[in-house]
Amino acid sequence: MATKILIPTPLRPYTDKKDAVEADGATVGELLADLTKKHSGLKAHLYNEQGKLRSFVNVYLNDEDIRYLQKEQTPVAPGDTLSIIPSVAGGV
Amino acid sequence: MSLMSDKELPQLTNDEIKRYSRHLIMPEVGVDGQRKLKAGSVLCIGAGGLGSPAAMYLAAAGVGRIGIVDFDVVDFSNLQRQIIHGTPDVGRSKLASAKDRINALNPHVDVQTFEEMLSSENALRLFEGYDVILDGTDNFPTRYLVNDACVLLGKPNTYGSIFRFEGQASVFATKNGPCYRCLYPEPPPPGLVPSCAEGGVLGVLPGVIGVIQATEAIKLITGIGEPLIGRFLIYDALRMRFRELKLKKDPDCPVCGTHPTVTKLIDYEEFCGMRPPAEEAAVAAVNASRNATEITSLELKKRLDRGDKLTIVDVREPNEYQINRLPGSILIPLGEIPRRYAELNKNDELIMQCKTGARSGRAADFLRTVGFTKVLNLKGGILDWIDKVDPSQPKY
Repeated sequence: MATKILIPTPLRPYTDKKDAVEADGATVGELLADLTKKHSGLKAHLYNEQGKLRSFVNVYLNDEDIRYLQKEQTPVAPGDTLSIIPSVAGGV
Repeated sequence: MSLMSDKELPQLTNDEIKRYSRHLIMPEVGVDGQRKLKAGSVLCIGAGGLGSPAAMYLAAAGVGRIGIVDFDVVDFSNLQRQIIHGTPDVGRSKLASAKDRINALNPHVDVQTFEEMLSSENALRLFEGYDVILDGTDNFPTRYLVNDACVLLGKPNTYGSIFRFEGQASVFATKNGPCYRCLYPEPPPPGLVPSCAEGGVLGVLPGVIGVIQATEAIKLITGIGEPLIGRFLIYDALRMRFRELKLKKDPDCPVCGTHPTVTKLIDYEEFCGMRPPAEEAAVAAVNASRNATEITSLELKKRLDRGDKLTIVDVREPNEYQINRLPGSILIPLGEIPRRYAELNKNDELIMQCKTGARSGRAADFLRTVGFTKVLNLKGGILDWIDKVDPSQPKY
């Protein structure tokens, strides 16, 4: 079951400029693994050298931060949407 | 918000009653709400893209005292979005320009200007005298500084941030609400997330986000409505879509959690990895090694005139390349370098170039990690080239 993943502007160069892509997986971790397999340029932006999700990139399943669910083990149901929201600092 | 009781709130003059009549006839604001606004104060950090529309609407709405912290000068490239400044203001201090504009808009507002760079030394002193802090800065060290100072002082922070077509907004550091560090515990390493100066920004975007920040400040001061606390608003101008994400207070947050480890302001440049906590000698060594990998515009001109065989690689985006370029340069945008570097020859001498030298420096660093040895970065980028060598080309 493909799940929709919303890609933020700063990461669109790594998904052929697409603002939404699809990936397969039963958990958030599996979805992200499939996503970075399909779009390898994303990997360095989402994971640090130790293979952990970077702390300035938040992942939301629907409108919930996965840090407060079951992190990467959070199960994904049909119709869910995953959002990647990195911190941006621009203001001027 | 304001600690004044209704009795202590300032009265409205007849002029003010005329001016604010559209507020006064709404029960949600009314005379009492307007008096709260008159007694209220907001400190805008930055008079740029977000601070411009925010400060203007706060002034028009009748916030009694508006402080602005900035140390910049108005530039032509600001006018596409920083609407508090006008064409005749180019070259003036942003504070002087903003103050004139606000005075013209509403003479009842007391405008306080602070021509200094916000720092760990002055932040608590500057924030102390204000009810609400409005974060319109443009870099991670200042974002974390504003957050921590707000948490330590117990001042709400109406937060907004923008990039290209996308904006984010929330209200941080209220009594029981989350703070910026609950949302993002750590900043990205320098260079990974481009700034507006590098990435560009749709001019109307900070208008939308800055006005959301002003709306939240007005709601906090008057105590009406449902503030944007514990909610993270994401706006996509291209799709014209707002999304709201849930934001929780993190009990383990280092600054607002149950056992805080940050109890005073720290060195935020260091926290954001801008300046490693190294000995000065080590810093000097890094600078020296950087000098050995850089070339100046004048040196490059001399070598080109001499007929040296150099490959100039422009790592900007195609739309920037349309505006100006170095003679004979080839275009490979920074984001494409990892998959296209095989197009370059390791035996050629490469000159990496962008707008200011920042992106091309990163491209040069990357090429060295994949075995290129003859790589130099053009110091100051094409802007310096135009200044020193070819003033006929436009700058952006």
